[in-house]
Amino acid sequence: MTTAVLAASDQPKRLPGDLAIWFFILAELLAFAVFFAAYAFARASHVAEFNLYQQTLDRNAGALNTVLLISGSWFVARAVQAAHRDDSASIGRNLLLGWLCGAGFLVVKGFEYAAKFGAGISLSTNTFYMFYISLTFFHFMHVLLGMVILTVLWFQARKGVYGTHEANGLESGAAYWHMVDLLWIVLFPLVYVMR
Amino acid sequence: MDALKNPIHRAWLVLLMATGITWYLGEVGAAGTGAIVAMLLIAFIKGRLVILDFMELRGAPRLWRFLLEGWMLLVSALILLAYALSLR
Repeated sequence: MTTAVLAASDQPKRLPGDLAIWFFILAELLAFAVFFAAYAFARASHVAEFNLYQQTLDRNAGALNTVLLISGSWFVARAVQAAHRDDSASIGRNLLLGWLCGAGFLVVKGFEYAAKFGAGISLSTNTFYMFYISLTFFHFMHVLLGMVILTVLWFQARKGVYGTHEANGLESGAAYWHMVDLLWIVLFPLVYVMR
Repeated sequence: MDALKNPIHRAWLVLLMATGITWYLGEVGAAGTGAIVAMLLIAFIKGRLVILDFMELRGAPRLWRFLLEGWMLLVSALILLAYALSLR
């Protein structure tokens, strides 16, 4: 086998970031899987109620928030790529842009909650709203934690911690941020659109 | 189109378009088996792009790639099963 073939086919497999963050992500994903299944099976026995109250949700806000999380994830993926080519200015800039997307998500969600709570809707209104509020709020807290992580990464990046010599911390935080995006990719169609 | 050689730029574009399709299905009031299957398929494709390109698990040890792709499959299957039960 020539070296060229070796380089192309036998690139060492590498898990980005720390192994521990992937166990944590797996645990989080499983918790949400239970939550998603609980919603879907509760709906199966309350179809009329779920179809009726789903209509009161703001689908545009939900779709806008999908765009914000997808873009936030993209910016953070760009920050990781920047670290691998030692472009420190680009790491910081992209982390900041990703953080701003997260902030946008929280603002949109804030308006959505204000409208619902203003209309007197609460966890005890009915089964659908119980799931809508608890599922989206559980996810909201994950966006918030993701933004705390991005803030730490940004300060670290400004100190020049990340580059080709070290990207583990950055990759670990990025993996968590992508998980937040991945969860919303299921949550949005499930709760806002599927009927 | 040099930018499209970067997998994360491609993924971002596809994710945006897929989100547009799901939003549109909601706007036209798509409902029932066809709509649910279409939306699950779109979510599965989107989730896979995030897992393989953003999380960079395409070049990771197979175990981790399969664990996350398996999660996506598990969630989609449970939602589909619950929907099938709701038709009874």
